[in-house]
Amino acid sequence: MSPPAKLPRWAELGLLPAINLIAALLLSGAIIRLIGESPWAALKLMADGAFGSQESIGYTFYYATNFIFTGLAVAVAYHAGLFNIGAEGQAYIGGLGTGLVCLWLGAWPFWAVLPLAILAGALFGAAWAFIPAWLQARRGSHIVITTIMFNFIASALMTWLLVNVLIRPGQQSPETREFAPNAFMPGLHTLLGKIGIPFTSTPLNLAFLLALAAAALVWVLLWRTRWGYALRVAGRNPAAAVYAGIRPPRVTLGAMLLSGALAGSLGLNELMGSQHRILLDFPGGAGFVGIAVALMGRNQPVGIFLAAVLFGALVQGGSQLSFDMPHVNRDMVVVIQGLVILLCGAMENVFRGPLSRLFAGKTRSPKSEIRNDGGPDA
Amino acid sequence: MISSRLLGVLLVSLGAVTLTPAADFKPAIVYDFGGKFDRSFNQSASVGAEKFRQDTGIAFREFEITNAAQREQIMTQLAKRGSSIIVAVGFTQASAVERVARQFPDVKFTIIDAVVDLPNVQSINFREQESSFLCGMAAALASKTGKVGFVGGMDIPLIRKFALGYAEGAKYVNPNIEVFQNMTGTTPAAWGDPTKGAELAKSQFGRGADVVFHAAGATGIGVMQAAQDAGLLSIGCDSNQDYLHPGSVLTSAVKRVDVAVYKAFQDAKAGTWKGGQLVLGLAESGVDYSYDEYNRTVLTPAMKQRLDQARADIVSGRLKVSEYRAQ
Repeated sequence: MSPPAKLPRWAELGLLPAINLIAALLLSGAIIRLIGESPWAALKLMADGAFGSQESIGYTFYYATNFIFTGLAVAVAYHAGLFNIGAEGQAYIGGLGTGLVCLWLGAWPFWAVLPLAILAGALFGAAWAFIPAWLQARRGSHIVITTIMFNFIASALMTWLLVNVLIRPGQQSPETREFAPNAFMPGLHTLLGKIGIPFTSTPLNLAFLLALAAAALVWVLLWRTRWGYALRVAGRNPAAAVYAGIRPPRVTLGAMLLSGALAGSLGLNELMGSQHRILLDFPGGAGFVGIAVALMGRNQPVGIFLAAVLFGALVQGGSQLSFDMPHVNRDMVVVIQGLVILLCGAMENVFRGPLSRLFAGKTRSPKSEIRNDGGPDA
Repeated sequence: MISSRLLGVLLVSLGAVTLTPAADFKPAIVYDFGGKFDRSFNQSASVGAEKFRQDTGIAFREFEITNAAQREQIMTQLAKRGSSIIVAVGFTQASAVERVARQFPDVKFTIIDAVVDLPNVQSINFREQESSFLCGMAAALASKTGKVGFVGGMDIPLIRKFALGYAEGAKYVNPNIEVFQNMTGTTPAAWGDPTKGAELAKSQFGRGADVVFHAAGATGIGVMQAAQDAGLLSIGCDSNQDYLHPGSVLTSAVKRVDVAVYKAFQDAKAGTWKGGQLVLGLAESGVDYSYDEYNRTVLTPAMKQRLDQARADIVSGRLKVSEYRAQ
């Protein structure tokens, strides 16, 4: 395959994703037309459902919070040249850590529970990533295979724990008891209310701000520290990294531990912030969506934030769409989401060629010739 | 008897139509992960709701859940938009129903397969162990090898309840029978994996089983197909599945979710709906084994006689079936 054609930065970051998104929406519109609904009304319902009211905005950003955590997790591993498919399992086990802290220390004040819950989530998530990482670093077992397998192990382990050990006695559903109210992550509506801004009650909670902090932390770690530089070098060229005195196996371990810790933080939003108990399958596929989010966000924290909001909007807007349009069932919504992923992620280069020819014809600045091809992180 | 009562309810409510326009009654139903067309549990609920629409001409809102947070969100929205009654299908909805029902004490909720202890919630549960017991007996009666199988969906208490009742029923007929048990998986994907269902059934056949019972939602489709292919017998679950492979499906452990949903809608419309717990077993015709033109060739009159005797004994309390949770 030829290297990606060169585009001005604004077109690369703004125009191209916009064109991809519009193409995806047009295709979805055609499908909605086929099943006999109005595409325009559907689009309006979706946009309105995602951003039309405080409630929908709250839900959109609540879903986005999960995707920021898992998107960052995938991106950190990606920069180290590792494809972490295991964010789902790491989020699951990480949530177990967070949940156990909330269950056991619920009587403590919130400011004491919070750091421990964050720490436990990160530790459990990192521990779940450690074994595949170690196998990759020391034994060369392929991380894609081992992390996928660890998703299943996580799922089996959690089912066993919830069905046999942690379940609240006397109920059918494999869930723990509810956390004590001290261990609830404060909702953003209460936080905003304290500073005098009224906001409807939604599951959006403090974890959203923690996710933003995590994104900032990832940026500092990867692009402003020696450790992050080593990680990126080892990811791009392990041979050169060895020559420079970097030990790739150590990088693999470090990157996967950080990746697992980020994925493991999902429980802060999902369990502490919304469900207030440990329940089966609470990551709900966010670990896999994280892969699409990272790819679409070009593995950059800002891009991941934007992509996460887009996916949050698709989930929330999509559920509103199927709520209000009886003909559009949940599988249709998945098709629409799939089209967006397909065009914005997998086929993002379809429009790159024509677009770059268009730009090459118009602007012939020599500068564009020496541009790097999207930076080291493209 | 149910139908005659329903008819009465229907007539009463038809009389009331002039006073309360039908548009004021807004029923809603929320399906679980399995989805509306799982040919089993959720579909049975949808059949009941659909029957209500046909009988009364009143449309209902419906929604299929895709993630955990959605449950509360959708139920809140349904309540806010003036739904009269919300039927939540499946035990996983319990905590969402509990929270939303507390917020909207004027909205009626009916939950199936779980207990939520609030005045505006009706909890409908089934004694699946009783129908499983009868199916276990049928399996043991039909088995020539003295070995029968069970394929569960996701490994959760509800499915273990099926398994336990089945094993007890089989042992009731033949104390020396061997019962093989396999669960398809530990994630919700285990409800929709016919390929793996077929594999598990084949492995049980390989160990000598000649009848296999599934409690695995759409996964069971594969189990039943495998039995048909091997020329052996299978037992269906939740919906009456005898028609799927006539002559190869011995019987089905039927769970009348459709009747429960239909009745909840009708009662709410007529104003006779009451909160509280409802447990439907053999005595209430909430569960049963199936007998129709499709399995008449395999379920012999002699077997049927034994099953009917056991059913009468369970209803009268002379025969006790263990409940998994009570152990």
